[in-house]
Amino acid sequence: MQTFVIPVLILGGLGLFFGLLLALGSKIFYVEKDPRLDKIIAALPGANCGGCGHSGCAALANAILNGEAPVNGCPVGGAASAQAIAEIMGVSAGNIDKLVAHVNCRGGINAKKKFEYEGIEDCLAASKVAGGPLECTYGCLGMGSCVKACPYDAIHIVNGAAQVDAEKCRACGKCIEACPRHIISIVKESASVFVSCSSHLKGGELRKICNIGCIGCHLCEKNCPTGAITVNDNLASIDYNKCINCGKCAEVCPRKLIVNAAAAPEAQN
Amino acid sequence: MSGLTYYFSLALSAILIENFIFVKFLGCCPFLGVSKKIDTATGMGIAVIFVMTVASAVTNLVNTYILGTTYAYMRTVVFILIIASLVQFIEMFLMKSMPALYESLGIYLPLITTNCAVLGVANLNVTNGLDFIGSVICGSSAGGGFTLAIVLFASVREKLEYADYPKCFEGFPIALVSASLLAIAFMGFQGLSIF
Repeated sequence: MQTFVIPVLILGGLGLFFGLLLALGSKIFYVEKDPRLDKIIAALPGANCGGCGHSGCAALANAILNGEAPVNGCPVGGAASAQAIAEIMGVSAGNIDKLVAHVNCRGGINAKKKFEYEGIEDCLAASKVAGGPLECTYGCLGMGSCVKACPYDAIHIVNGAAQVDAEKCRACGKCIEACPRHIISIVKESASVFVSCSSHLKGGELRKICNIGCIGCHLCEKNCPTGAITVNDNLASIDYNKCINCGKCAEVCPRKLIVNAAAAPEAQN
Repeated sequence: MSGLTYYFSLALSAILIENFIFVKFLGCCPFLGVSKKIDTATGMGIAVIFVMTVASAVTNLVNTYILGTTYAYMRTVVFILIIASLVQFIEMFLMKSMPALYESLGIYLPLITTNCAVLGVANLNVTNGLDFIGSVICGSSAGGGFTLAIVLFASVREKLEYADYPKCFEGFPIALVSASLLAIAFMGFQGLSIF
């Protein structure tokens, strides 16, 4: 009899002891938590990708609660999660545009090479060798650091330069971090006109080294009906708050570096 | 052997000669899972040191004063119960009184609740017949050995990101190959006999 009772007592006693300890602990060490926190975490995608700039989804949820981040802070969850969080927080989410990344260079095979690079397949490494293998010090190196960084397989090297597949892109910003040339930017998906060049070189210089670079001719600026496109430092840039996607600039651009994705979808591919 | 040298040899043996990961192959799950970055590996390592030390101390007391030799067969189940509830309790305690420490350790603590390395160190302490101080020293230095291994491995894996190896080796295969090479290197400590 004793061989049964004492082990049961020992194990039961220990279990009871630790159970009580935990129950007591949860009372003594109770930390006030906002009930909304768990709901916000549930509304976020939970991928912990860090695209919002916080260390993970829980950190973003905390920041939203403290008012340090907007309810649409999560670029991956997009409108659906922003709507859900806005409801939890009791504010209106507003009009949330889906964002996508865009590579502001279509140089690739159109750009002249300084030398043949045969080192590590990495843009940062390539850019360290004599200023990079391209004559253009602004252009895409095409080594695919952004391709490796993309968790959603949304960016690929096409004709020697990186291009974003807008359907797959979740605007997490990983490619932007990976790019040593800083030529990837986040734009609204609704925007269809892009200046696909990042070079601030003077027209004459650029003409010699790239067939598709912006030479700063101001034609787009003169033809824009809303004044959305301006040329600064030999490079055109579009203010998307003013742009109406009319595509005039793409039509008049003599170097065809302004792309109108809506008018000529094949130009994107 | 006098007391101090005995404890020193215990610690050295737990860290290098009998390294939990490379020699005993305990705790391989977090070793492979949380070793992609050095700082997360360090966080995990510190959490393991912490839990192993506390678990060694408490299991030693329970084993000496409650189980004894009569109920030795209940060791495993009792140790699991103790470790799991202890980790839970520590987690709650940290959340309340040391939020900063909880922020850095919090996510790793639940991960090691049922880790075999923690149960392993508790069991080995008993099998080796260590006293209370010996158990605590053995527990903390076994955690130290785990930290050493996981941080070394994480630094190797960070370098591997830039290495040029065949595509079929990407991810876990190359991690396992480098882990085995590290384990072979640690085998060298087998020749390190103390006293």
